[in-house]
Amino acid sequence: MIAPQLCVTALSKAFGGVMAVDQVSFDLEPGKVNSIIGPNGAGKTTLLNLLTGVYAPSAGNVVFDGADVTGLAPHQLAARGMGRTFQNLQVFFNMSALENVMVGRHLRERAGWLAAMLRSPRLAAGERESREEAAGLMQFVGLGEYLGAEADAMPYGALKRLEIARALGGRPKLLLLDEPAAGLNQTETQAINALIVRLAQSGVTVVLVEHNMRLVMGVSDHIVVLDYGRKLCEGSAEQVRNDPRVIEAYLGSAEPEAC
Amino acid sequence: MNLRTPRTGGLALLAAVILFLPLALVNNYWYEVAILVGINAIVCVGLNLLIGYAGQISLGHAGFFGLGAYGSAVLTARYGWPPAAALAATTAGVALLALLVGRPILKLKGHYLAMATLGLGVIISIVVVTEDRLTGGPDGMSVPAFTLFGLALAGERLWYWIVGGVLLAAVWIALNLIESPAGRALRALHGSEVGAQVSGIDATRAKLGIFVISAVFASLAGSMTAHYAGFITPGKVGFFHSIELVTMVVFGGMASTFGAVIGAATLTLLPQLLTVLKEYEMVVFGAVLIATMVFLPRGFLPSLVFILKKKQK
Repeated sequence: MIAPQLCVTALSKAFGGVMAVDQVSFDLEPGKVNSIIGPNGAGKTTLLNLLTGVYAPSAGNVVFDGADVTGLAPHQLAARGMGRTFQNLQVFFNMSALENVMVGRHLRERAGWLAAMLRSPRLAAGERESREEAAGLMQFVGLGEYLGAEADAMPYGALKRLEIARALGGRPKLLLLDEPAAGLNQTETQAINALIVRLAQSGVTVVLVEHNMRLVMGVSDHIVVLDYGRKLCEGSAEQVRNDPRVIEAYLGSAEPEAC
Repeated sequence: MNLRTPRTGGLALLAAVILFLPLALVNNYWYEVAILVGINAIVCVGLNLLIGYAGQISLGHAGFFGLGAYGSAVLTARYGWPPAAALAATTAGVALLALLVGRPILKLKGHYLAMATLGLGVIISIVVVTEDRLTGGPDGMSVPAFTLFGLALAGERLWYWIVGGVLLAAVWIALNLIESPAGRALRALHGSEVGAQVSGIDATRAKLGIFVISAVFASLAGSMTAHYAGFITPGKVGFFHSIELVTMVVFGGMASTFGAVIGAATLTLLPQLLTVLKEYEMVVFGAVLIATMVFLPRGFLPSLVFILKKKQK
């Protein structure tokens, strides 16, 4: 058996008295596409925020590549190889598309203040390299036509992919995508689907939070189902699809509920 | 390659303006005005890196300007330090202070950061006024001329070229920084702090770095003012000067280095030109500011560029 890349143990997050994520545990294998699904308010985005350090967990721990990373800040987790996108876009609208992707390379760039202020020849050479690699990443996610565009002039679907390109700039080992297909039409969703498959083939572990079931069932090797902050079940697409608890969580039970 | 960055073109234009401006400076009074414009522009270029690019407000930068001025003044006049050594020690001292103070206050955001930097400026101003044995208190103090290799740097014409050269260097440094990994990190923080953090940017460190750099710009401008004018008073250290500096940055256009220069030039020149209006001076000055922000909401230079681009299409 392959050692898991990410081990989540009894992870919890309380907002006041509400347990947004409650004792959730699962392991993710490297190089696979893993999806986290669940009805609205199940705690999927909160879980993603816990994994990437945006929120600090109330309890539990996260082990990434064999090291305990619980409570580390987002930039520290990025340095260890985590990249992510956001459900509500966190694009830098004050910059060009290319610069957005260049920011994604931040950890691999010479970021010294003095060299920057005096524009050392090495820094200038690094800038050219950065620009070329960022352009390559934009082409990889299918944004070749926006190479010269300002971020605030791009359509929604392109911005979704721009965030993926930015995340790839950090060469992540683990890439977490928060609803990459939300608000996209069918053609765009298919493009995202193909992109996820290509990423997994290149060895990146993907964590997908998504409502589009056709996308999830099509690309996922492993699915974790959340409901009311708890893990309902996990398994392959086939297992999850036929699990009566999942059907109940999404469609309600046959018994009339008191409300 | 990147048409958006007017690096060399803008720098060449600024150099040409500095070079040929003396043809229009008919007497020493106008040289003084030009030097004042240059000094304010240096502070604003640094402040714009903090406010315009990194999106962090400071209402205390006159404090750093004042520390630079009084640091150089006190070390040379009271302790007999050579001016170059005083300048170096003062700049290092201000950088250290900005580093120590910045660490706790840059955790604050928006109005709270404004309040904290305001407090910092007020404290510095009070120290300058009350430590009258060192600073001369409200009466101010005289400052020896800056000497380099035994030569005293004096006279408006010489200082015009010094300030002009430093301004050109300041603009060059700012343009370099903006188009570098460190500068992109700052702009990214302004665009989306969480987006920057998950890209691996240490937000605290980046904010602290630019806070220190902008404080050093202000401190250097302060030291130059002290030696050039030969006399300083606490007026330039106070809250109103801080507000004046922020207004220049906003007027010229946030996140535009040349905008900061234009803002400093306009708001330094305008009161001089408006003196003919006597008692209506401040009314017209205020009206000009309001009209600019209503009709050119992005600030002078970015709005102008925006309008020109629109016309081209």
